[in-house]
Amino acid sequence: MEILNLARQAILMPTGIQDGDIEKIMGRLLSSPVDAADIYFQSSHFESWVMEGGIIKEGSHNIEQGAGVRAVFGEKTGFAYSDRIELPVLLEAANNVKAIVRQGQDAEPLHCKVATKAAGRPNYYATQNPLKSLADQQKIDLLRRVDSETRKLDSRIEEVIVSLVGLHEHILVARQDGSLVADVRPLVRMNVTVIVEQNGQREQGSMGGGGRSDYGYFIDRDTALEYGREAVRQALVNLEAVEAPAGNMTVVLGPGWPGILLHEAIGHGLEGDFNRKGTSAFSGRVGERVASDLCTVVDDGTLEGRRGSLSIDDEGTPTELTVLIENGILKGYMQDQLNARLMGVNPTGNGRRESYAHLPMPRMTNTYMLAGQHDPEEIIKTVKKGLYAKNFGGGQVDITSGKFVFSASEAYLIENGKITRAVKGATLIGNGPDVLTKVSMVGTDLALDSGVGSCGKEGQSVPVGVGQPTLKIDGLTVGGTSV
Amino acid sequence: MQNHQQINRLKNTVQSILDEAVKQGASAAEAGLSQENGLSVSVRLGDVETIEHHCDQGLGVTVYFGKRKGSASTTDLSPASIRETVGAACSIARYTSEDEYAGLPEKELLATEFPDLDLNHPWDIGVDGAIALAIECESAARSYHKEITNSEGASVDTHQGVRVLGNSLGFLQGYASTRHSLSCSVLGQRGDSMQRDYWYTVARNAANLESAADVGKKAAERTIRRLEGRSLSTRQCPVLYCAETASGLLGSFIGAISGGNLYRKSSFLLDALNTQVFPEFVRIHEQPYLKGALGSGAYDGEGVATQTRDIVSDGILRGYVLSTYSARKLGLRSTGNAGGVHNLTIDPGKLDYQGMLKELNTGLLVTELMGQGVNMVTGDYSRGAAGFWVENGEIQYPVEEITIAGNLKDMLKNIVAVGNDVDYRGNIRTGSILVERMSIAGE
Repeated sequence: MEILNLARQAILMPTGIQDGDIEKIMGRLLSSPVDAADIYFQSSHFESWVMEGGIIKEGSHNIEQGAGVRAVFGEKTGFAYSDRIELPVLLEAANNVKAIVRQGQDAEPLHCKVATKAAGRPNYYATQNPLKSLADQQKIDLLRRVDSETRKLDSRIEEVIVSLVGLHEHILVARQDGSLVADVRPLVRMNVTVIVEQNGQREQGSMGGGGRSDYGYFIDRDTALEYGREAVRQALVNLEAVEAPAGNMTVVLGPGWPGILLHEAIGHGLEGDFNRKGTSAFSGRVGERVASDLCTVVDDGTLEGRRGSLSIDDEGTPTELTVLIENGILKGYMQDQLNARLMGVNPTGNGRRESYAHLPMPRMTNTYMLAGQHDPEEIIKTVKKGLYAKNFGGGQVDITSGKFVFSASEAYLIENGKITRAVKGATLIGNGPDVLTKVSMVGTDLALDSGVGSCGKEGQSVPVGVGQPTLKIDGLTVGGTSV
Repeated sequence: MQNHQQINRLKNTVQSILDEAVKQGASAAEAGLSQENGLSVSVRLGDVETIEHHCDQGLGVTVYFGKRKGSASTTDLSPASIRETVGAACSIARYTSEDEYAGLPEKELLATEFPDLDLNHPWDIGVDGAIALAIECESAARSYHKEITNSEGASVDTHQGVRVLGNSLGFLQGYASTRHSLSCSVLGQRGDSMQRDYWYTVARNAANLESAADVGKKAAERTIRRLEGRSLSTRQCPVLYCAETASGLLGSFIGAISGGNLYRKSSFLLDALNTQVFPEFVRIHEQPYLKGALGSGAYDGEGVATQTRDIVSDGILRGYVLSTYSARKLGLRSTGNAGGVHNLTIDPGKLDYQGMLKELNTGLLVTELMGQGVNMVTGDYSRGAAGFWVENGEIQYPVEEITIAGNLKDMLKNIVAVGNDVDYRGNIRTGSILVERMSIAGE
């Protein structure tokens, strides 16, 4: 109840919209025989600070607010939105979207009574405004400290760029059964990029993190300074890197952020919309083996304070731990309401949208593989010749052909069971439906990423998390230059 | 006429925002305001899937207190919210540092001539018309071949917007523009091989869009030709970037000569001005005043006049891509590129697509690239790719699950030919580009 009241205060109060108005808009939507309808209200405050060249260079504050109105009939969706949260505007939006149902005649306007459900649902983050968790001067002091401490680490450092961003978002979803559900979401992130130079050669390193928390996250355990140390370490490693190998070889992926493998190789392919439409390489394969029996992969929106976590998704469905692959067998897909209804399964709390101006669709939250039995050092020892990839940039997948890529930003050769030379960044490419069948060892060292992931799908970006233990893959194509 | 009134109304709002900033103590200010309406309709398997009505507005304001800067933005344009937004920007400027390079553009660089660039052609297609067109497009794709077995659908998008930009040096300008597109994506299947591809057309004026039937047919052709792709053995060979992928290659070049990367010294083309970056036959230029083109504009994101100019001639780098700030950091003047380049064009050569395949002779034709894989600091390049293996100028079979790698410095210098098969759909206009040699990693 408390969260609902907070959301009402933040979104509805300034606009004067009352429950009666929501009933009118919903009544208008339901005057056609739709299968589902919702109104999504959002108000977001976002700030960003950038320190570069030793000075506080940029600061910005952004407000985004509006409402999206949706009606669904069968596989059809009508959608309209406005940044003006005003009754006449939203009533017109409702008129526009219910036209998706072309039955000629309107049904009797359905009466919709707004009711607030007695909530007892868990919340995975606090509601306090992270933007206010430090005074502006303290944010500046934090940036300056990270900058100066990082610059002291090595004489080869040419430039340090530190950024700090915070988001405080209120959402309120009115659904066709009259229920109103709300969420208040904090999100913070800090990033440190360094450029180093040695004998005219330049390289960069970058490290960041954050979560659904406040700025204390970066101060409490000196997390911020650790980002600086890690960025410098990566940049210096890359100064020494030689040409990366080219070709198919054994690849050992480190724990944590390399879990982007799971996000690209199988995660997207297991989103409900693609599978309902039969466009995914994983379509119709529930119950089949898609990975070695060492692999159990889950999507879990319920982790406390993680970047990809949500208490409820953007359709008001509570998030959950969804088992995607269990001991190598495909168990199920990630669903929003529309695709769950059309496939005759339950929604899994994966209905997400970038904002009120976008339609929800099935999206990942935190996607990771459970820990296995192998000591990470033992895994390296079994490799005669291969690649150890520790850090990655982004990735991409073609869900139909199953081909996916992800780009290593820190990698080493493995020779005779030992990690030897650092190699330059290279793209790794594989086939989603068979890459996990080649997983021959899984480490005990499950780690989640530090909280930097953003996932893009059909032009919409949402924050996500990934994770995995050390993994050994018997054969993946490494795109270096050394043929 | 309606646009004219809307532009005047927004100009008044922008002027009041600038006045408010000065009232709150700013020594200089800049504000941009936009309003956009649109309709997106998608169909799948012959029936409507989504109808989206778009309605966006936004205000961005930047204030300067001497050499300190603050920015804020909002989607709420009520007078109270506008005051708060200006207040937020001013409050931020209290905490940012003195930056000797910060500030509005030099007044003499601001645009003073505003020719009609023919960017505004509203399309009164309506929901029903859009549905009919999308269905026609998807049907053309689905009926093209029996191996087209599924569809991601076809969609029609139409957007119409107005933008106004003003600053406290007295610049206050606005224009209306439109953008319309039609796209289609279908799946094909042969045995175990399933592939998807797409095609789209985009234009300021709907009359310049490709026909729905052509878009559907191309989407289907492109899907079918990918079926039963295979990997290649690891090797080195010449690589022909098709026009669509070649624009990405030029995009990386533009990134390397952009002010932000140059003053941060995070570019592989530091100090490359007036040196040979491309082979002698290459000329790359900007054409901001092309009528009706997607990248046209008389001024950039700061109001600085855009320039018709050569960035590369005789293969030599003649100029950078600079905003006011990055130019000052480099001791140079803005090139009118705050927000990017304008219809960047590489002069086409004599060969058409077939001629370029003959020129490639034996090697890889790349039609799709995946992932980022470009290190702007070093120029190291490694990306996922799909395309076709070509022998003696003839396509042999589709190729997938490979990477192509090299260093951009070498790749640009070792361009062998540029085709005249130009793709006009984006802000970078190029034909296919043949690179002498790259590393291919595969099975």
